Amino acid sequence: MTVAVVRFGGSNCDRDAVRALEHVGVDAELVWYRDGLPEDVSGIVIPGGFSYGDYLRAGAMAARDPIMEEVREAATEGVPVLGICNGAQIGCEASLTPGAFTTNRSARFQCEHVNLRVETTDTPFTAAFEEGDVVELPIAHGEGRFELPDDHLDRLEEEDRVLFRYCDSEGAVTDGANPNGSKRNVAGIVGERRTTAVLMPHPERATLPDVGGTDGAAVLRGFAGSA
Amino acid sequence: MTGYTATVTVRLKHGVLDPEAETTARALERLGFELEDLRSADRFEVDMDADSAEAATERAEEMAERLLANPTIHDYEVEVAERE
Repeated sequence: MTVAVVRFGGSNCDRDAVRALEHVGVDAELVWYRDGLPEDVSGIVIPGGFSYGDYLRAGAMAARDPIMEEVREAATEGVPVLGICNGAQIGCEASLTPGAFTTNRSARFQCEHVNLRVETTDTPFTAAFEEGDVVELPIAHGEGRFELPDDHLDRLEEEDRVLFRYCDSEGAVTDGANPNGSKRNVAGIVGERRTTAVLMPHPERATLPDVGGTDGAAVLRGFAGSA
Repeated sequence: MTGYTATVTVRLKHGVLDPEAETTARALERLGFELEDLRSADRFEVDMDADSAEAATERAEEMAERLLANPTIHDYEVEVAERE
């Protein structure tokens, strides 16, 4: 039983994800997208990067690769799936979750640490936190602005499917604390199954103590623990 | 079979923020141009052989549905013309 980290041409957080997972005691292996998923995979990470050079739209091409059919099937069977950054863009494009991540309000690539308010603890990814906790994770994206029609987002909120919102250090969800113009400051959501998540911030870059904060470790542990 | 060019135009839905267009508009203003607003769109010209203009349109629409546009944020339109 092992977590598959799917590497596309252009992925660049794939090895970080494996290393971070191993650091929290989870078996993880890189899987080249053309090789398909290994059997009895216990979890799937779609890592960050620039699959297909972000051509057309970030994540658009990778979302239509055959391996994503396998990911969708596994997700339906309850295998936990975590899409991080480019993986989140791919997850939305592949309809693992609703919504789209598109061009930042600034129209620039942004690489910085952000504060996130925990919005629900009823998911494996956030079960280790309390609702309202503020966690700090890095972002690094040019297309991270979450978009979804208002009525769809209403429904998502009613179903308690927002994982994190961008906030200030006190936990206040304000426009000033919104790095990319995401609708209602949404940074990550879960799919219809609460074991499928997409997230623009990088938990795997905040797991090893030697690179700064370690708030991401709980997200990865929760993900792997739900397998 | 006849040769056609299907032109697929993909644009953001009304009300969806377009930071690249806003940046472009500001750059035009810096050059001294007067303008009210600016919208941008992606245009794909797809050459293909098909039995009829309807068949070419249908194929291009499917291309838009399955890859070229993202229905969450985009509208698209298709125009088909016979190739010279």
